[in-house]
Amino acid sequence: MNDSQTRSGDWATSNKKNTTRLRYWTFAWVATMAVAAFGPKIIWDFATMPTILALLVNLAVGFGMIAANKRYLEGLDELHQKIFLDAGALTLGVGLVCGLSYELLEDIKLISFEPEISHLVMLMCLTFLAGMIFGHRRYQ
Amino acid sequence: MKNRLKVLRAERDWTQAQLASELEVSRQTVNAIEKGKFDPSLPLAFKVARLFGLSIEDIFHYEAAS
Repeated sequence: MNDSQTRSGDWATSNKKNTTRLRYWTFAWVATMAVAAFGPKIIWDFATMPTILALLVNLAVGFGMIAANKRYLEGLDELHQKIFLDAGALTLGVGLVCGLSYELLEDIKLISFEPEISHLVMLMCLTFLAGMIFGHRRYQ
Repeated sequence: MKNRLKVLRAERDWTQAQLASELEVSRQTVNAIEKGKFDPSLPLAFKVARLFGLSIEDIFHYEAAS
């Protein structure tokens, strides 16, 4: 029993660590993205070297975030993995279908502005959030 | 799939949180299994069976969807 309690304590601690690690990586990725996006304009006046460096750092931190997300997902129990997978599948589908249709809108002259990738990212974030909320409610 | 998890847990006077801790899953997962909303994987079913000292068939019963 004590051994089992220690193991489950380890599992809970490990989950918390994974969540914290993912939070830090995500924060770092957002921060490096902001530096790569605004640095050239505001800090170094579009000098090539710092711009490339900022972009490479952002990419490297982005891959770190992906690895942290993978570890976080692997640390979840099977129900939460399923909820995450369902929400991810929904997001992928909505992103693909709506993204292509959105891009088509400009090609066929139904909208006059250039489609922005940020709109698609926002849609995918909202879809994933809705999928997670729906999944959690479904198994309550 | 039906199961006797809730009854077995109640017999031992365990809370869902205690059982979840023993199985290294969340309390929500135990609740979903008890309510028949979520079917556990084979490794988790074995873990449950081992914890209660029973066979998987003593705890889980397959019922074909009508």
